[in-house]
Amino acid sequence: MNTLPRPPDELPALREAWRMPTGWRRLTAVNNTYIGKLYIATAMLFLVLAGVLALLMRAQLALPDGSVMGPGTYHQVFTMHGTVMMFLFAVPVVEAIAVFLLPNMLGARDLPFPRLSAYAYWAYAFGGIAFFCTLFFGVAPDGGWFMYPPLTGRVHSPGLNADFWLLGIGFIEISAIAGAIELIIGILMTRAPGMTLARLPVYAWAMLVVGFMIVFAFPAVIAGTMLLELERAFDWPFFIAERGGDPLLWQHLFWFFGHPEVYIIFLPAAGLVSALLPAAVQAKLVGRTAVVVSLAATGLISFLLWAHHMFTAGLGGLSMNLVSLASLAVAVPTAVQVFAWIGTIWRGTVRLDTTMLYVLGFLFTFVFGGLTGVMVAILPFDWQVHDTYFIVAHLHYVLIGGVLFPILAALYHWGPLVNGHALGERAGRWSFALVFGGFHLTFFPMHVAGLMGMPRRVSTWAPGQGWELPNLLSSIGSVVLAAGFLVVLVEAVRTFHRRERTPGNPWNAPTLEWLPTENFGARSTPQVTSAEPLWDQPNLSSEVEAGQHWLPGTVTGGRETLVTTPRRAALSHLVVLPGPSWLPVVAALGTAAFFFLLTVKWLVVAFAFGALAIGATVVWLWETDRAPDEATAKVGDGVVVPVGAAGVRSHSWWAMVILLVVDGTVLASMAFAHVHVAMAAPVCPPPGAALPDGAGWSAAGFAASAIAMALGGRGRATRRLGGVAIAWTLVAAGLAAWAFTGLFQQHAAAHLDPRATAWGATVAALLGYQGFHLAIMALLAAVLVTRIARGLATPRQRATRDNVALLWHGACAQGVVVALLPHATAWAMA
Amino acid sequence: MNPASTEADVLAEVAWVLMVGGFAVLTATMGVLALALRRGRRPVPSRWWIVGGAAVPATLLAALAVYSQARTAGLDAPPPSGALVVAVTGRSWWWHVQYREGGVVTANELRLPAGRPVHLALMSDDVIHSFWVPALGGKMDLVPGRINRLVVTPHTPGTYRGACAEFCGEQHAKMAPHVVVLPPAEFDRWLAAQAAPAGPPRTDDARRGQRRFTDLGCAQCHAVRGHAEGADAGPDLTHVAGRLHLGAGTVVNDHGALADWIVRVQQLKPGARMPAGHHLPADDLAALSAYLAERE
Repeated sequence: MNTLPRPPDELPALREAWRMPTGWRRLTAVNNTYIGKLYIATAMLFLVLAGVLALLMRAQLALPDGSVMGPGTYHQVFTMHGTVMMFLFAVPVVEAIAVFLLPNMLGARDLPFPRLSAYAYWAYAFGGIAFFCTLFFGVAPDGGWFMYPPLTGRVHSPGLNADFWLLGIGFIEISAIAGAIELIIGILMTRAPGMTLARLPVYAWAMLVVGFMIVFAFPAVIAGTMLLELERAFDWPFFIAERGGDPLLWQHLFWFFGHPEVYIIFLPAAGLVSALLPAAVQAKLVGRTAVVVSLAATGLISFLLWAHHMFTAGLGGLSMNLVSLASLAVAVPTAVQVFAWIGTIWRGTVRLDTTMLYVLGFLFTFVFGGLTGVMVAILPFDWQVHDTYFIVAHLHYVLIGGVLFPILAALYHWGPLVNGHALGERAGRWSFALVFGGFHLTFFPMHVAGLMGMPRRVSTWAPGQGWELPNLLSSIGSVVLAAGFLVVLVEAVRTFHRRERTPGNPWNAPTLEWLPTENFGARSTPQVTSAEPLWDQPNLSSEVEAGQHWLPGTVTGGRETLVTTPRRAALSHLVVLPGPSWLPVVAALGTAAFFFLLTVKWLVVAFAFGALAIGATVVWLWETDRAPDEATAKVGDGVVVPVGAAGVRSHSWWAMVILLVVDGTVLASMAFAHVHVAMAAPVCPPPGAALPDGAGWSAAGFAASAIAMALGGRGRATRRLGGVAIAWTLVAAGLAAWAFTGLFQQHAAAHLDPRATAWGATVAALLGYQGFHLAIMALLAAVLVTRIARGLATPRQRATRDNVALLWHGACAQGVVVALLPHATAWAMA
Repeated sequence: MNPASTEADVLAEVAWVLMVGGFAVLTATMGVLALALRRGRRPVPSRWWIVGGAAVPATLLAALAVYSQARTAGLDAPPPSGALVVAVTGRSWWWHVQYREGGVVTANELRLPAGRPVHLALMSDDVIHSFWVPALGGKMDLVPGRINRLVVTPHTPGTYRGACAEFCGEQHAKMAPHVVVLPPAEFDRWLAAQAAPAGPPRTDDARRGQRRFTDLGCAQCHAVRGHAEGADAGPDLTHVAGRLHLGAGTVVNDHGALADWIVRVQQLKPGARMPAGHHLPADDLAALSAYLAERE
């Protein structure tokens, strides 16, 4: 690829391009390893905080008639424990580990959108900490992490508590989706040349599946939280039975997200085990293809069994039996993975270090929890144990045993990548003994308490029901478990404060993250010829470090990474990555403050921060759509690739496509809500409501707007866009505005009252969602017109125009759906 | 796990099959893992692990699905025509109970005859609750806007404690229904007695208590059939003295419990909709409890 020796100024230039900002400017850093470490540390902070809440709960429940806290406080504590663990620890930590680990594992210099990961991190950190602090003011959410209405509606929860959940979590989900888009594009487009899908590390496969799951699952809960917040703020009765709403609608939306969520957390952990086990036992993973197929199958099946959280809601009959079968079926791909791991251990040589101890602890605990999962998939058994401590035990076996143990194994395995030092073995063994013993002492007795009739979410319990012993044991166990975590924490802090050194490859691991790296990742991007490159390509480390492989320096003087084709990983082009910037931090602060202040109804300040967030984002987008002077880059001897790419070869184009899928899924969830309440109504539209006239005109208007936008881009591949493009863009904006205004007026003329019926509320919600799109379209049209007028829309700087057009087409398609759906539903009902 | 109805018998059997089976599978899997940890074994070809890992669980799960379907097919069938129909409405945080036969209204306690199917019609006026008495069978949610059904056929007389299984707000923990299963003849006597309106107060204190019951506003929420009709925001007190507990399992209804409840309701069950009567003069309190203690 490249001849040696390399020019002497090559490495210093590369180091300069990737130099870490210092002092206060460290906040502007966007490097994946730096953001990844911050991200993991923040997630661990929330693990500790939510763990402390768990200890408070165990203190309250240790003895009957516990009086450590009153029911009001207890309900805030258990709600925050579940919410923080799920939304502020589990999902963020799996994304954080991927942000830290994946680029190096794939041989990329960084993630494809470094500022987006920085934004996702800061939004999560600011928002998460503000959200947690509500606990100190006694206004934390208290309706359970599942937030079932009507309990969480305005009548039964008049305080701000529920609003903090809905707005706080709603936007942390946005951060999770940003991370998912980043990871999908990173895995599919920025792999080392030669790393075909067949050679893609299993961990990357797991994160790819998880990325797609987030894209389809999170929109449902975003839609749900929007609807519930609208109900609370404006009395739109989506979930109020007296006005045609349905409390179970929330449960469908929540669990359509909530069940895949469990696998969104578990599959990355399974991927970590599949990735570290071969290194730990020095043998290839058994059944690599089968494991990958299992990951994908689990992801797919997990979308079919959300209703198993509703086995006792009275839905009844055949559908529940099918969900029960799907819940059993999901055990098969999981079993395949378990036996692949056991087979790998069989094939290899086991050294019982801390990593391996946590893997074995994981296998025992996770198989145990999986089997209780099979038990609760059986309807009659679930009717007894649903919402009891048996479920509490089951879910902690699969979440702590199935996710946290692998993460601890990963901490011991990949720890040396942080600063070159492995965590100490002595403390490691102690921590394992305490964590494993404490875990089972805490959670095994909960199975017994549940079978003895102890329901979940009780703030206290009466003596004389035989629950004394299991509860006392659980509380003692929780202290032991906490002590174990403390040992890990102290050891981690101690280790990561040591002086930095190069880690080498201490476990003789087969994957690329063990190449010698600096801020820019590996010196040169390796040409990969195997699924275990460091085992099968013996001199790879030294070759890569010497700069013998692809892109050994910087071509443009900035940060760059190689883009390869999604399947075969053939060299495609070079992208220039944005460097450190205040913009993501400012945008994240603005977003978090906007949502938080909106909740406490400081509207003016909230909108000021919202404007700050939007302004920072616009500047950020403006800056990143620029072409460097070099049109081509020599990345190896005699190998020249283009710098940057447009249209379907551009990574940003595909990211926008995924964003449109997210957006479309939000709309589909709201459309589901509309169809659900329409079908429950005796007549559709319900009495007092009417369908508007002229929706067809509005639909046609949106379609025409999409066509105008397409016409505005003619010739963009060959020449600079000018006045004609501006004219078409303005026509497109005008048509969209006309179509939306028309739709709004038609509904007003048809006396649409969102407060009267749930049907009217769903129609108004769809309309409001389209209005939100219209506002974004107006903003983007203004940005686009300005760019064209400034002469910045050139064949090599097309990302703004291409992505605005893509979003425009998606929004217009949604407009057609919003205009026609109420008519279609009414027609189908008639 | 101590079943007292034919439905709970089935659920307990399924539970035992699952637990024994689950334990066997766990032991077998961990046994293979233990063998894997031994040194110096010849490698087994990959495909055996994968085929075994897919085929064995799939076979076991299929067998389990067939068994569970066969064993529980009739459990969610409509109730037979001779079933006793009882409507249970969840309230925050107590159970409103109404028998179709005799129009009997009571609260928090169901008395059921042994040997006869019971159709529980489950509804909610406010938030979602879930009715669960483990000895009698599974649980079923009470969802506003729906009428859910639970059919149980108790066979063993006794008193069984239950719980609200769906988180329903501040006093979710203190919302325990009790079910007393009686021999059929005894049940019939109880139902007839419950159908009767309250008898006249027998002592001076009780007579004064009856007046104070209305004057102090108790009757705005509580009905005492024959004396104060109509209100149903709180439990019907026509036969309150015959109940085992007060406040949905919160305190045992023994001597003095009624007076204690009136005074300390907000300590015993904070957030309950009933205002505390700690400001009541002693003679009013004595009169009220004398009146209520006669409501057997």
